[in-house]
Amino acid sequence: MSAPIQLRPDETFILNVGPQHPATHGVLRVKMEMDGEYIVKAETVLGYVHRMHEKMGENRTYAQYLPNLSRLDYLGALGYTHGHVLAIERAAGIEVPERAEYIRAITVELNRVASHLFWFGAFVMDLGGFSPLMYAIQDREHILDMLEAVTGARLTYCYYRFGGLYNDVDDDFIEAAKRFIPRMRKSLKKYAALVTGNIIFQKRLEGIAPVSAEMCRKYGATGPVARGSGINFDVRKNEPYSVYPEFDFDVPVYHECDSMARYKVRMDEMEQSLRIIEQGLEKLPSGPIMTEKKPKNIKLPVGDFYQAVETARGSFGIRIVSDGDKNAYRLKLRSPTYSNMHLFDEACEGMLIMDALAFMGSLDLVIPEMDR
Amino acid sequence: MILETTQQALQALFAGSVPANGAEAGSPRGNGVLTRDYIIHGYHLDAQVAVDQLLAAVTILDQAGFFIESITGVDWIKENQLEVIYDFSRYDFDTCRVVIRTRIPRDQPVVPTISTIYAGANWHERETHDFFGIKFAGHPHLVPLLLPEDADFHPLLKDFKA
Repeated sequence: MSAPIQLRPDETFILNVGPQHPATHGVLRVKMEMDGEYIVKAETVLGYVHRMHEKMGENRTYAQYLPNLSRLDYLGALGYTHGHVLAIERAAGIEVPERAEYIRAITVELNRVASHLFWFGAFVMDLGGFSPLMYAIQDREHILDMLEAVTGARLTYCYYRFGGLYNDVDDDFIEAAKRFIPRMRKSLKKYAALVTGNIIFQKRLEGIAPVSAEMCRKYGATGPVARGSGINFDVRKNEPYSVYPEFDFDVPVYHECDSMARYKVRMDEMEQSLRIIEQGLEKLPSGPIMTEKKPKNIKLPVGDFYQAVETARGSFGIRIVSDGDKNAYRLKLRSPTYSNMHLFDEACEGMLIMDALAFMGSLDLVIPEMDR
Repeated sequence: MILETTQQALQALFAGSVPANGAEAGSPRGNGVLTRDYIIHGYHLDAQVAVDQLLAAVTILDQAGFFIESITGVDWIKENQLEVIYDFSRYDFDTCRVVIRTRIPRDQPVVPTISTIYAGANWHERETHDFFGIKFAGHPHLVPLLLPEDADFHPLLKDFKA
C-alpha cells in the first residue's frame, strides 16, 4: 500500500506551456508557476524562431532587404513592407505618385482585414468554437486571391518599391474589391450574431485580464491592445503618413480594458478598414505608379531615420542608421507584439490558466514578428 | 506644447555645461539636446546624454507621460564606442517623439537599467545585451532572450565573425 499523494497547501508546481502548444500559435514558451489552476508567476521565453533580421539589414542593400519585411508578420505583411519603403523614401527624399500611395493604402487595409479575420477565427477556436474559423478563412480567401492577383504572393508580399509599386492594379482587382466590401459587411453582422452575442463567449472574456492604460504605457503596448485599454492611439491618426489624412475613418476605442474590449476593437477595425478601402477605390486617381526620378542604387544620406506605421498588430517602427553606404549601418525593427506580449508576464499573475490563454489570444501574437 | 516643455526639461540637465555642437555629419557630437526635422528624421527631439544623466532624462519622460517605444544599440567601432538608443513617444495627439542616446566605451559597455522606471525596458535591454553585449547594471534578469540560452557571442558587433 502506497501512501496517498498529498500536496502541501502552499505548494506550487511549474507548468511549461509550449514551445509546441496550439494556444501559443507558433513556437512560444511560457514557464508558469502554478498554484492549482492559478498562475503565481509567469516567464515568457522567446527566440525559437529568431532569424537575426536586423543583421541581414546590415548585410543587404535596401532593395535586397525588401522581402525580409514580409517574413516578420505573415498575416499582415503589407503593413511592414509599407513601413520599410516609407522609411527609405523619407530618408532619401523620394516622392511617390498619388496613385501608388492610394493603392498602398487599399492593399494594406485589405491585408489588415485578412489579418484580423484570421485572428478572429483562431481566437474563437482557442475558446472552443471551431466553425467561426472556417467562415473567417472563407472571407479571408477572397482577400488573398485579390492580393495574389496584383502582388503575385498570398502571404509574403514584396509589392511595394521605393518610389511606388511594381505592378498596377487592374479592373478585375477593383471590381473584386468592390464586390468584397458588401460581402464582408454581411459577414461582420454574421460574426456579431454568431460569436459576439454568445453568452459563453462573453463570460470567458468580459472583465477578464484587465490591462490598465498605465501598464500599456510602461510596456509600450500599441495597436488594439492599447485601444482596448481606452488609449486613443493609432499611428494613422496620431502621426499621419501616406494618404491616410485623405480618408474619413474612426479609431475604435474601448475603455473596459478586458479581453472583450480587445476583441471588440479588432472587430470594429475591420469595418473602418472597409470604409478606407471603399473611399480609396472611389478616389483612386489615375497616373503613374512609379516615380521617374528614382535613383537606381539607393544610398541614404548620413543620419538616423525613424518611421512608424500602424500595422494590424500595432505600431511598427523601423530605424535606419545610415553612414551613406548602400547598406544600412544599423537597422532596427520595433515590433508591436514584442511590447504587447511583454506585459503578459505581469498581467497574468493570479489569473486562472484558461483565462490567461484567452488573454494571450486577445493579444494577437505572431511569433516570427516577435522574434524577428 | 509638450515638445517645448520636454526640450526645456532635458536642456536643464546640461545647465552649466558646454552647449551642443551642430552635429556635423559622420562625426560624433557632443552631449546635448537637438531638435530634428520630423519630416526628414521621423522624430522631434534628439538628446545625447552622459551615462550618469540617463536615469534623470528617462525620469523626465516618464513623468511627462511618454511611453517606451524601443531600446537598441549601434556599434561605432571606428570611434571605439557603443551607442544605446532609447525611443519614446506619446499616446495623445500632442505628437512628440524623443530619442535619448548615450555613448559608452566599447571595452566597458555598462549602462544603468531603466527597467526600474519602465518595466517594458526589460526585454529591450535583454535583446540589446544579446546583440551588443551591453551590460545593463541593475537589470533583474540579464540572460539571453532571442539568442540561444548558452550564447556567448554578440552578432551585431561590427567585428563579429560567424
